Amino acid sequence: FTRRKLDDEALEELEDLLISADLGPNVAEKVIDSFRRAKFGKEVTDEEVRQALAEEIANILQPVAIPFEPDPKLKPHVVLVVGVNGTGKTTTIGKMARFYGEQGKKVMMVAGDTFRAAAVEQLQVWGERTGAPVIAGKPNADAAGLAFEALKRATAEGADLLLVDTAGRLHNKSALMEELAKIIRVMRKFDETAPHSVLLVLDATTGQNAVEQVRVFKELVNVTGLVVTKLDGSARGGIVVALADAFGLPVHLVGVGEQADDLRPFSAEAFARGLVGDSIKVIEREDIPAEGQEKGTELPQSEAEHP
Amino acid sequence: MFETLSGKLSGVFDGLAKRGALSEADVTEAMREVRLAMLDADVALPVVKDFVNKVRERAVGHEVLDSISPGQAVAKIVNDALIDALGGAGAVPLNLNAAPPVPILMVGLQGSGKTTTSGKIARRLAQRERKKVLLASLDTQRPAAQLQLAQLAERAGVASLPIVAGQTPVQIAQRAMDTGRREGYDIVILDTAGRLSIDEALMEEVRAIRAETDPAETLLVVDAMTGQDAVNTAKAFNEAVGVTGVVMTRMDGDARGGAALSMRAITGAPIKLTGSGEKLDALEEFHPERVAGRILGL
Ligand SMILES: Nc1nc2c(ncn2[C@@H]2O[C@H](COP(=O)(O)OP(=O)(O)OP(=O)(O)O)[C@@H](O)[C@H]2O)c(=O)[nH]1
Ligand SMILES: Nc1nc2c(ncn2[C@@H]2O[C@H](COP(=O)(O)OP(=O)(O)OP(=O)(O)O)[C@@H](O)[C@H]2O)c(=O)[nH]1
Ligand SMILES: [K+]
Ligand SMILES: [Mg+2]
Ligand SMILES: [Mg+2]
Repeated sequence: FTRRKLDDEALEELEDLLISADLGPNVAEKVIDSFRRAKFGKEVTDEEVRQALAEEIANILQPVAIPFEPDPKLKPHVVLVVGVNGTGKTTTIGKMARFYGEQGKKVMMVAGDTFRAAAVEQLQVWGERTGAPVIAGKPNADAAGLAFEALKRATAEGADLLLVDTAGRLHNKSALMEELAKIIRVMRKFDETAPHSVLLVLDATTGQNAVEQVRVFKELVNVTGLVVTKLDGSARGGIVVALADAFGLPVHLVGVGEQADDLRPFSAEAFARGLVGDSIKVIEREDIPAEGQEKGTELPQSEAEHP
Repeated sequence: MFETLSGKLSGVFDGLAKRGALSEADVTEAMREVRLAMLDADVALPVVKDFVNKVRERAVGHEVLDSISPGQAVAKIVNDALIDALGGAGAVPLNLNAAPPVPILMVGLQGSGKTTTSGKIARRLAQRERKKVLLASLDTQRPAAQLQLAQLAERAGVASLPIVAGQTPVQIAQRAMDTGRREGYDIVILDTAGRLSIDEALMEEVRAIRAETDPAETLLVVDAMTGQDAVNTAKAFNEAVGVTGVVMTRMDGDARGGAALSMRAITGAPIKLTGSGEKLDALEEFHPERVAGRILGL
């Protein structure tokens, strides 16, 4: 083992590593500051640094690592799935249908994206894959009306879980955000407790804008939890740390691929370990290479990390 | 935020109230603020470091005139350098200089906006340049992806390649080019499935598509909200297929869009177009000076 003193220079390299993982400069500094208080000047091996930093981050994430559990008393537990364009909402709904269907729950899906080309057909394929019925309306139908009808039908049919897909929308478009609020209002005419969960789906490759996304969606449609997708890629999803720090919203699930089985409960330890994955090298090398990290070392959130 | 950055920069030089040449020490402190502003805007760290070093060199020794404060002087140097780094003034048009049918290959991560942008480009070329455009989806991965492009083609008023189940992406690409030649199309836009930068098999596939079709443009479609991973994306796609242009989508959001600088710095390819909405007319030329202001928070 090579031991090296955890000095200012080493800490700066670790801070760079966190910034490169999308924690953002402020949160990265905050994490390193508290790390410094605990470890400054100690002789450490790479493995010790890796572990200690992962623990530091896991501690921030621990309180938000809350599994998603449909309430068995609700028939159905209504989940509204929201987020900006292309983050993985529809795919996540398909995966959730598989995940909770395999637990013996009766799952139904609602093709609430009546806007984007072939969005309904996309969800219908997921219905075929998972065996969960898909409730769809006519093209360009009113999403709120469809959600209302779907809730009525799912209740009549004794569904356990009703997953409502919505069109992607940017949080800064107030008319589109109002449309989401309307879906909620109209569903409440049937069941005033619905939706029971509002899941915001975030793409792990997103940078600092995710903070604004969460802030606005939370304020306007009362988000109850987060799902982070595309963690099978090279993005570390460090923004989740910043979000945990800023909002404390539960992170329920992570997406680790495009297939039906590629959904995992969020694990603070696994995520933190993946995030600092190759800090091992940081302490050995002089500086971060000008072109970012080596490709081969960037699979922190692979299936191995989310068993 | 640009005001904040200029404000902060003015703050750095407060009390100095100096004139004459900027010293090394003055500039170092100012560069700390620039670095932070750029990281907040999601410019990738190695790109930030490189940029800040270059700007520091430009700024040290710079004469500050009576009429302008040191803070404003540095802000201007930063802004000018950023515009340069983003490609300088003026937009770079699509390169369509090849024998028809001219292939345009669309690549990028999952959900970045490739299919929508394919529809937008098709519409633009058909309407503005009176081109006969064929849209072809090579996406055999995502559910209903081919149908999505077919519907967009209809909205754009252009043709789409008939869907044949069971063909591989390379086979579809061959069929698209054959159809393009046979039926006298000017342009064939090849939309591909989203793929991760670390997915060797799918990168190999897109390499094969490229070898088969020899596209005049290989456009990397990137979400303006992209964070630090922009470096990996840019490197991987550029190494695999040689990116000739970048399209930044979702500029209608409020992301600061630092990925634009990362993309340009790593691929060397110009940012050619930006997407600013879901509708097919929401496609614009790239304006470096606007995006520079946005990255710095103008
Ligand atoms: N690699 C990977 N790809 C994913 C994951 N989740 C979703 N995707 C892909 O991301 C792309 C977009 O996913 P969608 O489910 O259509 O996203 P969406 O949020 O419903 O998109 P809109 O409805 O258009 O806003 C598709 O190509 C998916 O296959 C994931 O966890 N990993
Ligand atoms: N607001 C906004 N949305 C956009 C823009 N470009 C694309 N979108 C939306 O982003 C989502 C994903 O777009 P797609 O064109 O399906 O993305 P893709 O890259 O083809 O996705 P995959 O094929 O699954 O990899 C859709 O909801 C689009 O409507 C844009 O410039 N602004
Ligand atoms: K990852
Ligand atoms: Mg969708
Ligand atoms: Mg597509």
